[in-house]
Amino acid sequence: MAPLAPRSGDAVFANVERVNAELFTLTYGAIVRQLLTDLEEVEEVNKQLDQMGYNIGIRLIDEFLAKSNVSRCVDFKETADVIAKVGLKMFLGVTASVTNWDVDGTSCSLVLEDNPLVDFVELPDTCQGLYYCNILSGVIRGALEMVSMKTEVTWVRDMLRGDDAYELRLKLLKQVPEEYPYKDDE
Amino acid sequence: MVGREVSESCVDSMIIEMVSSYCDRFYSAKPELAARRIEAIGYQVGLQLSERYTMERPRFSDHLEAIKFICKDFWSELFKKQIDNLKTNHRGTFVLQDNRFRWLTRMSIDPSETNGNTSDDPSVATTESKSAQSASMHLYFPCGIIRGALTNLGIPCAVSADMSNLPACELVNILQMI
Repeated sequence: MAPLAPRSGDAVFANVERVNAELFTLTYGAIVRQLLTDLEEVEEVNKQLDQMGYNIGIRLIDEFLAKSNVSRCVDFKETADVIAKVGLKMFLGVTASVTNWDVDGTSCSLVLEDNPLVDFVELPDTCQGLYYCNILSGVIRGALEMVSMKTEVTWVRDMLRGDDAYELRLKLLKQVPEEYPYKDDE
Repeated sequence: MVGREVSESCVDSMIIEMVSSYCDRFYSAKPELAARRIEAIGYQVGLQLSERYTMERPRFSDHLEAIKFICKDFWSELFKKQIDNLKTNHRGTFVLQDNRFRWLTRMSIDPSETNGNTSDDPSVATTESKSAQSASMHLYFPCGIIRGALTNLGIPCAVSADMSNLPACELVNILQMI
């Protein structure tokens, strides 16, 4: 029997180097603010935040695999669980609950219990349409793509937009078969 | 009370990605514009952080007191260590030296660069200056933070960094009071 994947990222989070979250939160806020000034269009800011997240995700997955001790997930349900309980915990120190599964088990919601990205944040009226936390959905999409899962990650509820929670919708589009960079006869 | 924490790699990857977005995507043809934007982001962060870290302190009596606060308390909050060395010419210039600046310790730069490289190969020279240039892009953010923090303490200044001793990860900040 395969070793059970850890169901909680507490131990990993306790062991990684940690820093004051204020620096993280304020830096992210300053980046979003500067992007709004430079790119002008809110839509474009959403897109760039997602792209930045994606670029981070494709690198962060290595650290996750190296430190979390998580082995291969048997299905997407387990993957979602690991993101919610181990991945988010290990990097952001928070967890999420996984809910609203569809019948074929390919899409679900992650409801964040806490969100360090948005401490001190209030959106002015001029920023309607901004998905402030779009970097996070990008990170998850990028990380999953590196472990052969093409996904679509979108925000369905956002407290900065007046909702009662932070809810991410995760949809598995395609499981990409692993390709090896070498041929048998080489 | 220990405040909220996140993993260090979150902050690191966010800053690295921000710098590379500005240098390679938004302003790839205009490094000086990219540098100004990155500095502006740092400035905003420094302004807000020093506001928070000085909330319960009495007003600083002079510039030196404020600089000492940056070297000790402010730096410790951010990097869990103090500035290693503070020098001043007593005419408004301060040099803050961090011998192991956390944001640069994992950056690899060709060590031959600082060892008096005598190679004539132009391609080698280009690679070196590129790696040095991209490393220097990462210094605009901390420079901005310090300028923002001091500005918030009522000390408008210019901050620049010198990393000519990079293998030892030295960060030298030269503050020129205006």
